[in-house]
Amino acid sequence: MPQSATPVQTPVVSMDAITKTFPGVTALDQVKLDLYPGQVTALVGENGAGKSTTVKVLTGIYQPNGGTIRIDGTPIAFGNPNAASDAGITAIHQETVLFDELCVAENIFIGHAPRNKLGLIDTREMHRAAQVLLDEIGAPFSTHAQLRDLGIANKHLVAIARALSVDARVVIMDEPTAALSHKEIEELYTLVETLKAQGKAILFISHKFDEIFRIADRYTVFRDGAFVGDGLIADIDENALVKMMVGRAVDQIFPTRTPNLGEDVLQVVGYDHPTEFADINFTLKRGEILGFYGLVGAGRSEFMQSLFGITRPSKGACKINGKIRIIRSPADAVANGIVYVPEDRGKQGAVIGLPIFQNITLPSLKRTSRSGFLQLAEEFKLAREYAQRLDLRAASLDQDVGNLSGGNQQKVVIAKWLATQPQVIILDEPTKGIDIGSKAAVHEFMTELASQGLSVIMVSSEIPEVIGMSDRVIVMRDGRIAAELSGDDLRPETLVRHAADITTAPKRQEA
Amino acid sequence: MSDTAAQTRHIPDRLNSRAFRILRSWETLLLGVAIAIFVINTFTSPYFLNAWNLSDATFNFTEKAMIAFAMALLIISGEIDLSVASIIALASTAMGLAVQYGAGTPELVLIGLGVGLLCGAFNAVFVTILGLPSIVVTIGTMSLFRGISYIILGDNAFRGYPDSFAWFGQGYLYWVFTVEMLFFVVIAIFYGVLLHKTNFGRAVYAIGNNPTAALFSGIRVQRVKFILFLLTGLMSGVAAICLTSRLGSTRPSIATGMELEVVTMVVLGGINILGGSGSIPGVVIAAFVMGLVTFGLGLLNVPGIVMSIFIGLLLIGVIALPRLWSMFTARRAS
Repeated sequence: MPQSATPVQTPVVSMDAITKTFPGVTALDQVKLDLYPGQVTALVGENGAGKSTTVKVLTGIYQPNGGTIRIDGTPIAFGNPNAASDAGITAIHQETVLFDELCVAENIFIGHAPRNKLGLIDTREMHRAAQVLLDEIGAPFSTHAQLRDLGIANKHLVAIARALSVDARVVIMDEPTAALSHKEIEELYTLVETLKAQGKAILFISHKFDEIFRIADRYTVFRDGAFVGDGLIADIDENALVKMMVGRAVDQIFPTRTPNLGEDVLQVVGYDHPTEFADINFTLKRGEILGFYGLVGAGRSEFMQSLFGITRPSKGACKINGKIRIIRSPADAVANGIVYVPEDRGKQGAVIGLPIFQNITLPSLKRTSRSGFLQLAEEFKLAREYAQRLDLRAASLDQDVGNLSGGNQQKVVIAKWLATQPQVIILDEPTKGIDIGSKAAVHEFMTELASQGLSVIMVSSEIPEVIGMSDRVIVMRDGRIAAELSGDDLRPETLVRHAADITTAPKRQEA
Repeated sequence: MSDTAAQTRHIPDRLNSRAFRILRSWETLLLGVAIAIFVINTFTSPYFLNAWNLSDATFNFTEKAMIAFAMALLIISGEIDLSVASIIALASTAMGLAVQYGAGTPELVLIGLGVGLLCGAFNAVFVTILGLPSIVVTIGTMSLFRGISYIILGDNAFRGYPDSFAWFGQGYLYWVFTVEMLFFVVIAIFYGVLLHKTNFGRAVYAIGNNPTAALFSGIRVQRVKFILFLLTGLMSGVAAICLTSRLGSTRPSIATGMELEVVTMVVLGGINILGGSGSIPGVVIAAFVMGLVTFGLGLLNVPGIVMSIFIGLLLIGVIALPRLWSMFTARRAS
């Protein structure tokens, strides 16, 4: 139920009916968002709800296809990031964009450093002004410190000082606490209070419910790129917010199937990594689709890449068909029948620059060649077989994969792995950023693979996909397995609760 | 498979015919340049079209080309080795030193190849195991390897190579055909087959286009690169044997600056300096182009320093030509 709060004052920034489309995808569909001076507005939604796109529209990186942005009631269009910055909007990103090789003062004043009479940078004045800003936010480091030497929390402080230096009226914080310790988070909260007191409007993006209820005054919920509702935090509780986030019309239909589970194919025992994950144990059966759900940064991809031999676990063993196997490299993993379809298709998936058929046969060259010598006819045969199985749309098999759409590139990567006849296929966010049609095809195909006896591990941050496709779901949080769910336990609310660790009733902040 | 193929969408293997691809290739353009230079040389000097003179001229490029073939694979994979000329110096010095202790031709060959391999392995360890950038590592070893030669030799030169050792750089197989030409042909065929016809060559291209995706495709990226550094070192060893044999002496300044001529030959041959594309036939033609230009200018009594100007202009010109052409046609179309 869309609901709207009556504004008590006029918003600094208001987005009205903003639409942003990409080829084949509507990222934002007529969303609205209001930011008020001296208040923290939390933008809430699942991964893919359109939060990041919103930030990019607000900061002028993307130009919307429709709708109006108003500043103090006056419509304005940001042609580029500078225009947004001039309008007083500044963002502190998930991975803060700063310059490692420069000092703190240079980072704060890059692009608008004070000049002396000769037009050169007035270093002394710059450091003095920087010190004033650092004092204001209580930053415990020197303006001469190299950014490289600062921790992530202090880098955030530099970014905030930078925001203050341009006299920003709107500060966007995109998951600012994701990489911070408890103490650092507390310090950040204090700083947010300071900014509020100065009358700045703050857009706070977070997946953590405790901090939303602790720090925010207002909320706005997006779902699948559309506005769901907004209001005052004081008027809502956690359950209602979760419902607004995940509750959706059943517009996605997943293939139905009766899983035909066989013996244990893969057994992971006590996988540990010094920083990314700890104590991972599970088994995977033949013909099973096992979903991995969690927030961004929960360690799912890192664990999968370790299973695939990209990084080495510090501890733990992996049994394939009951036998202990040591996987030191992707080549070992492939030899043992484990293959991985990465999330980052452009960088890790397809070899852009090589033609389609060479991409498909790359891990199978031993089979298509004769004593190390290429057999092009065999390669084309194998490539065609799998290209057709996946219904690849391409002009020819000799075409550069770089010229294919995202969905078709994904098909090439999947074809490449199926051609190796694996036992376990790991799909990392298999449908992220691809159009609805290709999505359905990928889902259909996963079902078909499982029914043919392949075991599938699917890492996904899309709740409907996880629930619709998986026989069983493992929820990860902070690098550990938080829950293992199947059957009736597979409900959106349960997944979100385990992923975000909402176990106790939230503490309300007096507004 | 044929049943389903009839029902599903048919994707052709290739859109363009083989003849069309060859006609449009860099190698064809380069061959045109080579022929043009050949014709110009024929008209500018009466001494050019002489079998013995042409045979002599091949020494201009055979030794460099041996290294260039291995270097081509290395550059396609996204790495580079600038220490090759210094490896020649060190290998040659080692052979000269061995002569002082009475080594015969077979021992000298083994030492030359062995030092080349060791130097290649030294580079490879720093690049593939420690993960350092190859351009930095090999600039370092460029000074290091030649520096060792200077320490051993100082202002002196090693002479007194056995008579049979002269076969490599001064020998003739039949009429005007030299031993080095045989090496050139055999090595060209070896690297052509290795790059274009084997799984290893495919891996080299994959790594050059996207090392991360290659790793994620189960290719042992570091192992392939290690082998490429070994091969480049080995070819420097072969070149050291040929050059030392031809000169009959070793000075520490032997082959100074040759690394840049090798890289020039590779780039002129159409190998992308950023990695990922290029072919061995291209490098073969580039070797002839550079040989013909140097020889033609030599017949006109053009001094060496001016010759390097021509080689530089040739490189920039040949690389800029297709780019200028596409800009020109794009403007015409609009």
